[in-house]
Amino acid sequence: MAEWKAICHIDDIPRLGSRVVRPKNGGSGACGESGESGESGDIALFRTSSDEVFALRDRCPHKGGPLSQGMVHGNQVTCPLHGWKLRLDSGEAVAPDQGCARRYPIRIESGTVLLEI
Amino acid sequence: MSKKKLVMVGNGMAGVRTLEELLKIAPDEYEIAVFGAEPHPNYNRILLSPVLAGEMTIQDIILNDHQWYADNGIRLHLGKTVQHIDRVKRRVVADDGTEESYDRLLLATGSNPFMLPIPGNDLPGVISYRDIADTDAMIDAARHYRHAVVIGGGLLGLEAANGLKLRGMDVTVVHLADWLLERQLDETAGRMLQKSLEERGLKFLLGKQTEALVAGESGRVAAIRLKDGLQIPADLVVMAVGIRPNIALAESAGIYCNRGIVVNDTMQTYDPKVYAVGECVAHRGIAYGLVAPLFEQGKVAANHLGNYGIGRYTGSVTSTKLKVTGIDLFSAGDFFGGKDTEEIILNDAAGGVYKKLVIQDNKLVGGVLYGDTADGPWYYQLLRDGQDIHEIRDHLLFGQSHVGDVGHQGHNKAAAMADSAEVCGCNGVSKGTIVKSIKENGLFTLDDIKKHTKAASSCGSCAGLCEQILSATIGGAYTPAASNRKPVCGCTEFSHQEVRDAIRQQPLLSIGETMRFMEWTTPDGCDKCRPALNYYLISTWPKQAKDDPRSRLINERAHANIQKDGTYSVVPRMWGGLTTSAELRRIADVAEKYQVPTIKVTGGQRIDLLGIRKDDLIGVWKDLDMPSGHAYGKSIRTVKTCVGAEHCRFGTQLAMDMGVKLEKMLFDMYAPHKVKLAVSGCPRNCAEAGIKDVGVIGVDSGYELYVGGNGGIKTEVAQFFVKVGSDEEVMEYAGAFLQLYREEAFYLERTCHYLERVGLDHAKSRVVDDEENRKALHGRLLAELKDAKDPWAERIAGVERNEYETLAL
Repeated sequence: MAEWKAICHIDDIPRLGSRVVRPKNGGSGACGESGESGESGDIALFRTSSDEVFALRDRCPHKGGPLSQGMVHGNQVTCPLHGWKLRLDSGEAVAPDQGCARRYPIRIESGTVLLEI
Repeated sequence: MSKKKLVMVGNGMAGVRTLEELLKIAPDEYEIAVFGAEPHPNYNRILLSPVLAGEMTIQDIILNDHQWYADNGIRLHLGKTVQHIDRVKRRVVADDGTEESYDRLLLATGSNPFMLPIPGNDLPGVISYRDIADTDAMIDAARHYRHAVVIGGGLLGLEAANGLKLRGMDVTVVHLADWLLERQLDETAGRMLQKSLEERGLKFLLGKQTEALVAGESGRVAAIRLKDGLQIPADLVVMAVGIRPNIALAESAGIYCNRGIVVNDTMQTYDPKVYAVGECVAHRGIAYGLVAPLFEQGKVAANHLGNYGIGRYTGSVTSTKLKVTGIDLFSAGDFFGGKDTEEIILNDAAGGVYKKLVIQDNKLVGGVLYGDTADGPWYYQLLRDGQDIHEIRDHLLFGQSHVGDVGHQGHNKAAAMADSAEVCGCNGVSKGTIVKSIKENGLFTLDDIKKHTKAASSCGSCAGLCEQILSATIGGAYTPAASNRKPVCGCTEFSHQEVRDAIRQQPLLSIGETMRFMEWTTPDGCDKCRPALNYYLISTWPKQAKDDPRSRLINERAHANIQKDGTYSVVPRMWGGLTTSAELRRIADVAEKYQVPTIKVTGGQRIDLLGIRKDDLIGVWKDLDMPSGHAYGKSIRTVKTCVGAEHCRFGTQLAMDMGVKLEKMLFDMYAPHKVKLAVSGCPRNCAEAGIKDVGVIGVDSGYELYVGGNGGIKTEVAQFFVKVGSDEEVMEYAGAFLQLYREEAFYLERTCHYLERVGLDHAKSRVVDDEENRKALHGRLLAELKDAKDPWAERIAGVERNEYETLAL
């Protein structure tokens, strides 16, 4: 059952930066509904220059690079390993690359970042 | 507010490229309508020859399919020829009565083939070679007839002749001049080309003029008669004697034309609401027929249509390549030369290789290559850059691999490579994959290739090879930008040099300010430009500009190297490669405490702990109690040393001591790229100083300094810089050279690439010959590094703590 969890204050995420959210018991998810198990369930929170916050699974669809370690620009993040660009709002890779990182819904209430999990 | 209306007349490569550029920078500016006389969407006209030769199909060469027009909201009127422009009411009318009104009109009407004014030029079976319909007519003729005559031994004529021959026809080329491709080749190369085409079965009649085309009984052309009376059978006559800018429509609308539609440097015609690009245009008296200049024109026109107003087209130097499979020729610039030029020639008639370079005032101004064109793109780049070549003159003719480049040495014969041969060793991309992508996706630039195939997108060592493949595949359509004018990235039109200059001159002190001032097209730049801007800012204004951690790539931000599994590696500094038992004991303890899976001795004489989790980094650093080795940065890495006169019986100087002093002077020095030094105590050079950015070799009377060496992607031997007598001088000269590099090099340019661009003489004149400047450079370096702090110690103390801590769910 999905629930909203308070994670941090928006200012805990640097502008044009990211934070890693680590679940206690691993997580799930490629694109769509089906879950995977056994992999790190880290979730990456990103904050854009316009203070929007997005959450993606911290795993590039290309070779599993930790997206949280990439560079944020516009509404995209560039994976630190091989430079794939992913859209923060959809998790989709920017053409010509193809792939998708799971997206998690985010809500901000008076500065507190809430993640639906 | 309703959108302005843009109407484009002509649906060819130059025009559609202009629209693409426009949509990139101002997607919502216009409602666009396009008229095309042909029934096809935009296709790659350059690749008609491979279609004729049976190597590709029409479908392969479509650049923008119907969906593209639909996706971009463009109204496409195909098979309609615009017959009238009403400039007062600002509307155009096509032959079927279709009307469109415009706020801006873009003329891209291209050119018409020139038909010789001789009797019989309108007979059935007499065609030009210009579009898909002509190509189809030739393919059809090859099925039913035997004798083909091509009039004109230029590029297009020869490609047509070759294609018809491959389709089984008996082909004769009639040419007015005394040798083939007389506008692209000198006589020697022209003769070599003729010989190899004759070996393929083509026949040539040179120095001949056509008098008439003779009809047969069926009314179709049956023969061609020359001025000297010779008559040869011809069931198909292809006229390829040149093109004429198609200016009829513009002229009828009263727009000023001479050879072509006359435009200024912004591609505007005499009517300010009307722009023109492509083969129909006369710019500064020149009408271009190759696609590369036309794309440059399109970019400029788009810039002005999009209300940016900063681009200027100032003309092009063109290069040529014949797209006949198996024949390699290349020419560019002024290859005939004159009384003020010098020539370097290699002529191996038996081996089928001919190279001629024309030089004026120590610059390459033209060249012809036949048989081995691998270095064509490189020569073309030198020519466009106007680079001073006197330093490399003695081996210029032997190509880039003899000079030092970004290609794997000896492996740059792009045309000769098998399709299965691997081009990009990093990403496993074969030549066939690249060629296929170039053709299928209509790629024209190295950047396109990087995006679509990933080749050359990692270490970049195959960039030169990719450029050659591109050039071999699309011929004259490929034009590299002059290297000092290449934009930093897709976020801006400005080059590295222009950005550097603006930061210094304005002055600009932050990334945001720079992006605003230089009108960046993206809100926050990208992973290519932000690190570059950050470096330029902090190196230009070390005290004023603030370092932006968010514009550092992960390794420099985390102060450790990310590995493929997301863990990090930690390399503590060991000054000059020296360590102690206490340090080794601490390293061993850390390795056990954090269960470090791999411990490796590096090439830079220190120890690498691999497989550290990011949230352990601070703990590891604290327990190591050693300074950062900066093994992760575009920065000083190591100073490698031999044991020197301290222990070695051959040593002439105290290499370890010198190395430690240099490394301490340079601690925490950021640079355009990584910087490695070495100090050897004698010319046996055990520290391998010959492949370092700065190599110091001790001799009995002092030290020899070498610069610009590189042991990486392509081994580059350092060049002798200066001989000095004392340790202090080593510090001063090495420091000044590195500061010059820091102030002048482009981001991600190693010292060897920097020196290749500016010349060793330049560096010597600033550092060796100019004492005052040397001391000033060295002084600036020392001032900047005076307060250098160990980044690991700062982070142990709490700086950027967020970077290392995870949030709990």
